[in-house]
Amino acid sequence: MTNSIREIPISEAYLLIGTNTTENHPVIGSMLKREVIHKKKKLVVIDPRRIEMSRYADVYLQIKPGTNVAILNGLAHVILKENLHDAEYVKTRCEGFDDYRKVVEKYTPEHVASICGIEDPSLIVKAARILANAKPMALYYCMGITQFKSGVNGVKSCANFQMLLGNLGVAGGGVNPLRGQNNVQGACDMGALNAVYPAYQPVGNEDNKNKFKNAWKVAFDLSMKPGLTIVESLNAAIAGDLKALYVFGENPVMSDPNQHHVIEALEKLDFLVVQDIVMTETARYADVVLPGCAFLEKEGTVSNTERRVQLMHKVVKPWGESRDDWWILTQIANRMGVDWNYQSAEDIFEEIRTVTPSYAGITYERVEKELIQWPCPTEGHPGTQFLHKDKFSRGLGLMTAIEYTPPAEEVDPEYPVILTTGRVLEHFHTGTMSRNSRILDETVPEGYVELHPNEASNYNISDGEIVSVSTRRGSIRIKARVTERPKPNVAFIPFHFAEAAANKLTIDALDPTCKIPEFKVCACKIEKVNA
Amino acid sequence: MDTIQLTFDGKEVTGKKGQTILEVARDNGIDIPYLCYHPRISKTGACRICLVRVNDTALKPSCTEPAANGMKIDTEDEEIRELRRSILGMLLAEGDHNCLYCEWNGECELQRLCHRYDVPEPTGEFPKREREVDTVSSNGLRRNENRCILCGRCVKACSEIQMNSVWEFTGRGSATTLTSDMFDRIGDSSCVKCGTCVQLCPTGALSFQTVLGRGQSWELQKESSICIYCGVGCKIDFYTNKEGVLVKAMGNEQGPNEGHLCVKGRFGFDFVQSDKRLTKPLIKKNGKFEEAEWDEALGLVASKLSEIKSATGPDSIMAFSSAKCTNEENYLMQKFMRAVIGTNNVDHCARL
Repeated sequence: MTNSIREIPISEAYLLIGTNTTENHPVIGSMLKREVIHKKKKLVVIDPRRIEMSRYADVYLQIKPGTNVAILNGLAHVILKENLHDAEYVKTRCEGFDDYRKVVEKYTPEHVASICGIEDPSLIVKAARILANAKPMALYYCMGITQFKSGVNGVKSCANFQMLLGNLGVAGGGVNPLRGQNNVQGACDMGALNAVYPAYQPVGNEDNKNKFKNAWKVAFDLSMKPGLTIVESLNAAIAGDLKALYVFGENPVMSDPNQHHVIEALEKLDFLVVQDIVMTETARYADVVLPGCAFLEKEGTVSNTERRVQLMHKVVKPWGESRDDWWILTQIANRMGVDWNYQSAEDIFEEIRTVTPSYAGITYERVEKELIQWPCPTEGHPGTQFLHKDKFSRGLGLMTAIEYTPPAEEVDPEYPVILTTGRVLEHFHTGTMSRNSRILDETVPEGYVELHPNEASNYNISDGEIVSVSTRRGSIRIKARVTERPKPNVAFIPFHFAEAAANKLTIDALDPTCKIPEFKVCACKIEKVNA
Repeated sequence: MDTIQLTFDGKEVTGKKGQTILEVARDNGIDIPYLCYHPRISKTGACRICLVRVNDTALKPSCTEPAANGMKIDTEDEEIRELRRSILGMLLAEGDHNCLYCEWNGECELQRLCHRYDVPEPTGEFPKREREVDTVSSNGLRRNENRCILCGRCVKACSEIQMNSVWEFTGRGSATTLTSDMFDRIGDSSCVKCGTCVQLCPTGALSFQTVLGRGQSWELQKESSICIYCGVGCKIDFYTNKEGVLVKAMGNEQGPNEGHLCVKGRFGFDFVQSDKRLTKPLIKKNGKFEEAEWDEALGLVASKLSEIKSATGPDSIMAFSSAKCTNEENYLMQKFMRAVIGTNNVDHCARL
């Protein structure tokens, strides 16, 4: 998030796009509801499903999955046409406006309504006016923006929109991605990414290479070639180029698109190590399984969606012979000829501070007492509540002209229904944790496919009936839940359930820049099982 | 900011303009008892426990009465003590408060006040009516209305914090009861089991299913951590019993969540102590996993990775790091891949 959770009460309006906030970030969802319901703040919700937040919206736009760029261009079109944008802000703080304006001109409400499947184009005009007339307005998004072949374009469109309205670099505004895992922010910050060292320092840069070579006292030259992303590495395994894989607290068999392809890749490897807390679907394919500690058994820091660094404490003793992940890694590294001598998580954090400028001022002692959000360059620095104040990190804010492009796979007579995937309130990701927690698993014990009554009637399916859902990648059997939540001709399946795994169906098309898979849209067919 | 000066029991303190007497007292560490008040919800002014004497004359509920410059407050005198004792006595008489059977024994705010004001045992003259006891309809929440004092904290927890308005009062006068949705049992209602009503309940009227039979409240140990689920980063106080078993999770007010939790933060922690957990390293031999000692497993991983590195090069090895692990562990994993293996083949599920 460019901004902070505690700024929610400062905002005058909210645009939620591609975030089912009350189910996936429920505590923030409640905070947003409080402002909208009690304080009558304005709300626009854009989502293919009638999620709970849509009930409180001044305008709800039910778009077809994969049309985010079009709808954001459409809103911008209205704002520019009616001269509601922050011209002064755009002039003094941004660049690229003319090209952006030229592209946006084509996105009339009527044109956008036809791309997005919105019946009434005047709703787009209404939403644009609401969002432009309330300041500051905060934009929140989640995987409903990013998990597309055009994911990067979706994110840039969000940034364009907030720059157009002068809502970046101000308290209560911002472009606020809600991170889906408790330390996905931190894992990125720490350089657990193929192309960057900690604090997003590119691996392809000579100075960075030397800096880390010296800091880590490495004898050889560090590689300057960006590595593989997850989905690319699975392709490399199938091609025979990747021989060994070390999976650390992840479950790609369940979490990655096109499950059949993932399993083929894992079987092809010469050596697979899985370090996890339970025997996951992925661990079954491993040569060695190492039992790591669960979160309540360890100490360490995590960074939340608003860049706030917090300390986790040891609450319970490690289960069985499970060990801290850092201890396991240190042991393996030392057996491979290095001399790592960490005695605690804090020892490692002290090293992180020396090579990660945005974390340099953060200490265990400080985060115990203070609310600190990175960047925090020195111990005297209070941390940063919101980014891009007065000036963007890159100088001028870059507005990018972006055209709508359709998803990789569109519906056709053979696969006539759009399939989209996501999470439910009671479960999390691949279910390793939530399906092994009794109350959560009892509450939602099985997967389901949400079908609009139109589809139910087209295929003669009743609520609760087992149906078959198939794509070009695979087929599953799953219980139908007939509901008016999804847009007509859109089916939704949560991906937590191994026995009806949504990712047997999803497509592994990737965004060309950031390599995110297009989990949110592919073409499927629904068939009755018992004719 | 405008400040005001007032005295509590002769002690001079500073407050902020717009605060109530109770808020000034709390900020200054001055003890005034209360039951219906809670800092996270709007003021109710119903229980009358927080009455104080203002300027030597009127008794005012301190939770709703605005503090004013120059006010002289007496937090307790013989009349106030007697009033509090009689109010508490009526609350006891109306319900069925048997601490022997109550899972909130030791943490109950009503119990604490009854001890403090030496409230006598009810005589049983007060007519008791049948009230709802529902320990089965929800797998997360338990309810015993005999212990309810109608303070309304649960109603406001749901309508002002969780924002779902499941709880509501129904009926009038002495027939007032708490109900959920359209007179549903809590397990049949639209409750999403965030548990905030239980966290705010001052008695044992609302409770968690996970608490009973897992140790007395005063035996539990508390330690804070950060929720393992989504990226909000809710700070949670976890309670364990003498055997080290996890008992309950309470939202910590210092975190970004301001004390609130969702159903996953509240109830999604028992996987940590589930019998599905791995207990020893496993090595696959002839297609089957066999338990191994750490030394053997670590040695095998190190030698296989070294072997593959020299045979087909560092770029033939990849690691998936984890958004479920700490900063320290992610840092070490990327350092391991870059500085020990010699490749940038490291990624995690940020995109998944």
